Amino acid sequence: MKQYVIIGNGVAAAGCIEGIRSVDPTNPIMVVSQEDRAVYCRPLISYYLEGKTDLDRMQYRSQDFYEKMKCRVMYGRKALHILQDIQEVEVDDGTRLPYTNLCLATGSSPFVPPFLGLDTVSDTYSFMTLDDALALEKGIDPTSRVLIVGAGLIGLKCAEGIVERVASVTVCDLADRVLSSILDAECAALMQQHLEQHGITFYLNDSVDRFEGHTAHMKSGARVSFDVLVLAVGVRANTVLLKEIGGEVDRGIVVDERMKTSVPGIYAAGDCAEGLDIALGQKRVLAILPNAYMQGYTAGINMAGGNVVFDKAIPMNSIGFFGLHAMTAGVYEGEVYEEKTETSLKRLFTKDDLLRGFILIGCDERAGIYTSLIREKIPLSSVSFEIIKKSATTAAFSPEIRSKKFGGVV
Amino acid sequence: MRGNESMKRVYVNEAWCLGCHLCEYNCAFANSGLDDMVLALKGRPIYPRIHVEEADKITYAVSCRHCEDPICVKSCIAGALSKEDGVIRIDQEKCVGCFTCVLVCPYGALAPNENGVMQKCELCLRNTSGEPACVKGCPNRAIVYEERGEAL
Repeated sequence: MKQYVIIGNGVAAAGCIEGIRSVDPTNPIMVVSQEDRAVYCRPLISYYLEGKTDLDRMQYRSQDFYEKMKCRVMYGRKALHILQDIQEVEVDDGTRLPYTNLCLATGSSPFVPPFLGLDTVSDTYSFMTLDDALALEKGIDPTSRVLIVGAGLIGLKCAEGIVERVASVTVCDLADRVLSSILDAECAALMQQHLEQHGITFYLNDSVDRFEGHTAHMKSGARVSFDVLVLAVGVRANTVLLKEIGGEVDRGIVVDERMKTSVPGIYAAGDCAEGLDIALGQKRVLAILPNAYMQGYTAGINMAGGNVVFDKAIPMNSIGFFGLHAMTAGVYEGEVYEEKTETSLKRLFTKDDLLRGFILIGCDERAGIYTSLIREKIPLSSVSFEIIKKSATTAAFSPEIRSKKFGGVV
Repeated sequence: MRGNESMKRVYVNEAWCLGCHLCEYNCAFANSGLDDMVLALKGRPIYPRIHVEEADKITYAVSCRHCEDPICVKSCIAGALSKEDGVIRIDQEKCVGCFTCVLVCPYGALAPNENGVMQKCELCLRNTSGEPACVKGCPNRAIVYEERGEAL
């Protein structure tokens, strides 16, 4: 008999559960959930603050999900150690959970750099979990001046989520541009301008030298007074459970294309895992929701005795602020095809007969066709690039590919 | 989500498609909730769930393939897309309009409605058309509704 244990209860865990159940309808699944909640959509916490969703609609799956999946959840509990020699997980209430197949879906945690004087700030928040968002919601009011450290995806979504509910939002980042992990300088400038038009103030290429109570002294000499501080500098994969038993860990828990770790019987998925990024050609943590689900689903099928690989992981993000959407995918290498207007920007990066990456701002129609060129490594010589570079259309594919894609007759 | 779900889907015969765009109008009307086509469509931008692709001398209509391994469902950050009985459905109450499905769909089959919420072909199962309106209204029978196995 198999006994499945999943540590973590986010989207990777939900994928793992659904993957297991697509193969094995009966054997028991136990989930250890540190958060005292059913699986919810973490990327929606900013939408929640913005009033675009609510706690019910943020549920990732239906209310009877765990019941339907014949799955037990230990809520509010933390897995302390993996006892590898006896194949058990030790939980912080003293329970020992025996497993035959274990999936680590432990996610990541906010990274807080050692800012001088941070201990003199009374109101500091992270922005990762729903509890973080609910705490921040309690901590702000229409008079609050908010300083967000970090102009990445998390920091800026937080800014968008609260800007209408507070007096001011200031964002600072050591990088010289917003969204520096996914946008190049010109694209970032376009997005920054849009964010500024919606009331957000930036200190870029600058960082906090020290805090003195509710004043941030910046390296540039500027002083920023604030009431509420949000730290969104970055995250780190939660890898300790595997590391302490000698499993292979880099930035994340290293996994192969079946989501197996270096330790037999143990799999990993989601933001804690480091798998192959086929666009980059190297293993790295790709902390995006689609990846979490697909890794989890793959792990689940393989844990239950199936044999599938997930070998199409690429970085890809769709992120909108105040109605302007940026879509990015792959790596930004090679020749550039560009189209620009006042309010939109398209950049396609091609190299070695492949589309390697793209940045699309304000021009998102059918972008998935571009994404599929990267994920499926479709040779550009088999496509009319003259057509597809201007407009993402399957009409640019050869009749043979089109016929295959559309079921025979086209 | 896996398994052999034999079911009917919408297919298009590229050689027969005239590129008349009637399918787009019939789709928008069928999903408008109104019973007067003039009231539903006249003088307004339309938001169909099928679109005609055109390049050189080719035209053909594209709508959701209801993939066996639906990347849109797996990628949805709001848990709004799901597959039930072989049909990919969207819960528009849950959708927050993040466009991730647009970013991943290899067919370009999802697009926002007039409110920025995503919509897609649900085979006219949730409206009063009875069968896919694009198929019913295609003047050259280029669009058909039949069983052929699934797209991957």
